[in-house]
Amino acid sequence: MDKNFASRRDILKSLCTGVAVGSVLQAIPLEAAEYAHRLIAEEKAASPNAQYMPKYFAAEQYKLLCALCGTILPGDADSGGAVEAGAPEYIDLLTSENAEYQRVLGGGLIWLDSACDDRYGHAYLECTPQQQAEMLDQIAYRKNLEHNPEMSHAIEFFALLRKLTADGFFTSKIGIEYLGYVGNAYVLKFEGCPPVPGV
Amino acid sequence: MLQVIDSPKEYDVCIVGSGAAGGTAAKVLTEGGLNVVMLEAGPRLNPYKDYKEHVWPYELAHRGADVGGRARHEWNDEFLAPNGFWEIDGEPYTTAPGSSFRWFRSRIEGGRTNHWGRIALRMAPVDFKARSTDGMGDDWPITYEELAPYYDKVEAFIGVFGTKEGIPSAPDGIFQPPPKPRCTETIVKKACDKLKVTCVPSRLAILTEAHNGRPACHYCAQCGRGCMMASNFSSSQVMIPPAQKTGRFTMIANAMAREIVVGKDGRAKAVSYIDKTTRTEQQIHAKAFIVAASACESARLLLNSRSTLFSNGLANSSGVVGRYLTDSVGSDAAGYFPQLAGMPKHNHDGVGGMHMYMPWWKFDRKNEFLRGYHIEFGGGRGMPGVAEFDGVCDQHEGYGVSLKQRCRSDYGTYIGFSGRGEMIPNANSFCEIDPNVVDKWGIPVLRFHFAWSENEIKMAKDMQETFQSIVEAAGGTFYGDLRAGGKSPYGISEGGTIVHELGTVRMGNDPKTSVLNKNCQAHDVRNVFVTDGASFVTGPEKNPTLTIMALSWKASEYLIEQSRKGEL
Repeated sequence: MDKNFASRRDILKSLCTGVAVGSVLQAIPLEAAEYAHRLIAEEKAASPNAQYMPKYFAAEQYKLLCALCGTILPGDADSGGAVEAGAPEYIDLLTSENAEYQRVLGGGLIWLDSACDDRYGHAYLECTPQQQAEMLDQIAYRKNLEHNPEMSHAIEFFALLRKLTADGFFTSKIGIEYLGYVGNAYVLKFEGCPPVPGV
Repeated sequence: MLQVIDSPKEYDVCIVGSGAAGGTAAKVLTEGGLNVVMLEAGPRLNPYKDYKEHVWPYELAHRGADVGGRARHEWNDEFLAPNGFWEIDGEPYTTAPGSSFRWFRSRIEGGRTNHWGRIALRMAPVDFKARSTDGMGDDWPITYEELAPYYDKVEAFIGVFGTKEGIPSAPDGIFQPPPKPRCTETIVKKACDKLKVTCVPSRLAILTEAHNGRPACHYCAQCGRGCMMASNFSSSQVMIPPAQKTGRFTMIANAMAREIVVGKDGRAKAVSYIDKTTRTEQQIHAKAFIVAASACESARLLLNSRSTLFSNGLANSSGVVGRYLTDSVGSDAAGYFPQLAGMPKHNHDGVGGMHMYMPWWKFDRKNEFLRGYHIEFGGGRGMPGVAEFDGVCDQHEGYGVSLKQRCRSDYGTYIGFSGRGEMIPNANSFCEIDPNVVDKWGIPVLRFHFAWSENEIKMAKDMQETFQSIVEAAGGTFYGDLRAGGKSPYGISEGGTIVHELGTVRMGNDPKTSVLNKNCQAHDVRNVFVTDGASFVTGPEKNPTLTIMALSWKASEYLIEQSRKGEL
């Protein structure tokens, strides 16, 4: 651990030295520091390892949602993907509370299966990887609207799903590590910009 | 008919509102020996429960997006400390046809000091002399020199970091040392040097050294989530505790002031308020009253305080209560900076706000518009949040590892710029009582009229052009708004959205054209004071909070002196 990242003991010590005797605020910093740490520990302990029960999507739809999230931001050599990051849970929760997401995402998933069925005779998850890619390539780019204006709702669906998947991945522990964000700490001194060529 | 429950006790002073103005008055008055009661329209604040600092997004079910993902689209974040709302259930306001205005209100102990960016700027000497300088608007009845000792007192008490620069448009104060610049700030500073745009350490009410029993900042960049350490300033954590310590302070929470009641002698004698928890109307008596409910809410209270003596609203013989409403001129842009891609991992957080800013630098020349603006900026490798990659998703499109890598290479490479400028009061911008609408407490609501004038639009144009030149001088790509037409020419903000409403109960030497004298005391009713942003004569490009506190401190000392002379 970087020496500038204060240990809990250092923080408590530094807080004490700043506290004037008799201040109304005397108790606050110490208790606050304790509180912040306890809160984090409690919430971490409370995070369940159990199987997530979808709140909005039916079981089959949820499977499809998971597959799409995993395709949008897959695991690779550097990190896990959107499914491990809990993006489907996040999207399901928000969708259960938002009528617009229900229309766009719920409708989009149904449309995707029926479009695959029309074209390949199977629902999306039963299609071959090549067929799945061919279908997604149709709906993953706005430029396809030039030839296929009737695809606008599907392109809207995929654009929203892509953004929500990015939300779910990059707000997760593995997503944050993947980006290399290293803050949210108690630091006694802010070191500013490290030496970087061109900056 | 509601039964009005009358409290027999008479306080020395009743303060309406617990924000920057009310909190300052409470501290100064109680320490000056007066017995003070404060009405706050919202609940008490409990930092242990209400603050969310140091929580990771994945520790919350909604990851910060809030119920239904609404924080992706609007001001709302389950991470934020309770600090205010654009809409409050059952407490509407209206806008006149053709006007567009949004009103951000806090209903919580500490008011909007829980929300503000802690930007603590002194007004400059010239800001008090608008009319003498360029013929527009009016001069203040006080000078910089008269207010300077109170700026000193406020800064010395609350703690502000900054550097002494000797810039005429941005007077120096009493400063703690500033934090070191982040990489984003180093890049922008270099570009500004090339362009001869002044860029200096910012001035924020955040401690970099322990002060008055409050520890120094621990650099988590989360002031907006509330600081349990009270290392940043808020009225609730810095002004209210010393008032409470005197034993002469009473706060009544969830108390929505409805009317100031006047006696036969023409002096204010009580405030009628709705106790929101019991839905009863109560009265509280005092010898003097400080109205500090925020600029528009204070105007509303005076306008709703009608009586046979004051048929036009309390202290409103001039008819100017509600008039001269201004907000800061805002225009924003962003830049992509390729040199920020592939930065080594490092802690970029810093304080909860900018470490550098650009004060108004073109004060020494003729510009295409009157008055000035300053520039706030920020970006870089902050804690990732919801909607952060919307832009990358729309640009890159597709899916797969390349999308994922693009998000990573774009992370932290954008810097946002916000111009904040002075609006000149105009006849089309004001608030008044809407005769047709009351809120759920039975109190008539405000109706807003608002229009920018040509000067503000020219200023927004200059902001955008400056942002572009800074971004390009740093080798970046500019994403701004240079369109002259449309609803928001040059990206000019919607009225009210910068949350700097000012001027609605303005001070002045002439009782025919102003409501308050230079001590924030009503010309018409000598025991009523309005010490918040309503009292401003002009709305300079400085964020108003520091000046509000200085004015409230000054008015409170005057009130103590009056009280000692037995004139209350």
